[in-house]
Formats: sequence, C-alpha cells, structure tokens
Amino acid sequence: MATRIGVVRFPGSCDEQDALDACALVGDAEILWHGSRDLGGVDAVVVPGGFSYGDYLRPGAIARFSPVMEAVAEFAREGGPVLGICNGFQVLCEAGLLPGALLANNGLRFLCRQVDIIVERPNTPWTAACDAGERLSIPVKHMSGRWFADDDTVARLEAEGQVAFRYAPGQNPNGSVADIAGVSSPEGNVVGLMPHPEHAVDAITGSADGLKLFSSILKEREGVGTAS
Amino acid sequence: MKARVLIRPKQGILDPQGQTVERALPALGFDGIKNVHVGRLVELEVEDASQLESLCEKLLANTLIEDFEIQLDES
Repeated sequence: MATRIGVVRFPGSCDEQDALDACALVGDAEILWHGSRDLGGVDAVVVPGGFSYGDYLRPGAIARFSPVMEAVAEFAREGGPVLGICNGFQVLCEAGLLPGALLANNGLRFLCRQVDIIVERPNTPWTAACDAGERLSIPVKHMSGRWFADDDTVARLEAEGQVAFRYAPGQNPNGSVADIAGVSSPEGNVVGLMPHPEHAVDAITGSADGLKLFSSILKEREGVGTAS
Repeated sequence: MKARVLIRPKQGILDPQGQTVERALPALGFDGIKNVHVGRLVELEVEDASQLESLCEKLLANTLIEDFEIQLDES
C-alpha cells in the first residue's frame, strides 16, 4: 500500500503545492486543512513553508494554536513522522515539538539562495536514505531563519545527536548557532529545517538532493515492515 | 482595564535591528546613544489582569528568546 503523506495548509502557506508534488513522487499526497483536527489516517505529515496566519506576532506563533496542530502534536507524540520546512520548522519550534527558536536573519535581509547542508543525523524517518556527513544542495528562502537556543541546550542537542542538518562550512546564511540548519526530536520522528527540500526534487531546478528526505519515508517504512 | 505588554529580545541574543538603528544614529547627529534594542508593544484591554502572565508566556512572547513586562493602567 502506498505511503500516505499529509501536507498541512494554513492560511498564508505558500509552499504546500511543491511539498505535495514532492510527496507525490514517493507516495500518495493529500492536503490537511488547518481547521480540521482529523489527519485522516496519514502515515506522515509535512508542515510546509509560507507565512502562516501572516506570520503576525512571530513566525509560527499563531499557527501552532490551529486545530490541525493539536492533531499533529498528538501524532508526533505517538511517534508519527513529522517534517517541518521553513515556516513549518518555525511552527514546530513554537509548538515545542522541536527545540530552539527562529530569529530574524542576522543580516536582516530576506535570503534566497542555494546552500549545501550536511546530514548530521541519518537515523530519522526523514533522513534514512542519507549517509551521515552527506552533503545536499538545497535552497533556502527566508527572513527569519537564524536558529537559536541557549548554550546548555545546544550542548545537550549536540551530545544527544539531535542536530539533524548543519550548513556546510562557510555557508551559514543567517547566523544560526553552531551552523545548525535543522534539528530533530529526541526520538527523531520530528525533524525541522530551514532549507527547502521540496524545491530540490527535480534536476531541472539545479538539484534533486531534496528528494532524499521524502524517499527516506519509504525506506523507513520498509524497514518497519521487515522488522515486524 | 488597559494594559501594555513590552516584549524585548533577551539580553545576550544578537539584536541586528537594534544594532542597525544604533549605527544609523551618528549620521543623523545623535551622539552618545548606545545599547539600542528594538522590541514590540502590545496594547490591550483585559477584564481579569491575572491572565496576562500566562497569555504572555503562551502567545505574546517566546520566552526562549524574549523577555516581557506587563504594565497595567489602573486608572
């Protein structure tokens, strides 16, 4: 049976179509409406990029209280795979499903460029198709991408292997602490990152490296299947 | 009751907005100004002011990166 991946649509989302298309390359993709508490039995959830609820107050601050996020939080607590991309990452941090917070880029400019990121944690459902240390070419496009956590938290995340992705040396575009581009929950089922893997799934856009995050879901599920 | 909530970046966190404003001041002839920080002001009317603390912690401020201060207008 095809893997079913739900992509959340908030008012102000703008990357959900690319996320749907990326998910459709590896399974069945469907929209999850922000006003619904029902995830419809999907196998995985993507919280996409955009400007949810206008990003008023702080990016992600309002979206985390939407009905769908209650369901996503419960899904995540039960071990369901959740991927937050850009604004979706900000939403997951605001919701406390991922550690840290995202601040305005240190240059105060909107950034849109291709960057290389390094896979630091391959044992998550979103990175299982990657090798540790693998370099992926993926675009960033954000205004508030400077990931921050206090020193103790960063040390704990590093020690416990929760850093999922790091910008390649010299390529940190926004001033993120320790070049961190993405983090994961302790169990690894929740992953968030600022770069946009859904915009890098076809070589015609310059790189198809982002597809690996989506195909990871299949590998993970195959693994689960053989184990049971 | 009217209330104001002042939200500012936590000390020690890079505040590029404040820095940019500070750097622009000498060109305008304002000297001797330092430690500029830019935050947010939320004005609201509330029936039960005891809710404000939790409102700030849950929504108005992200306490990982921001401090908040509640000012009540008792008049």
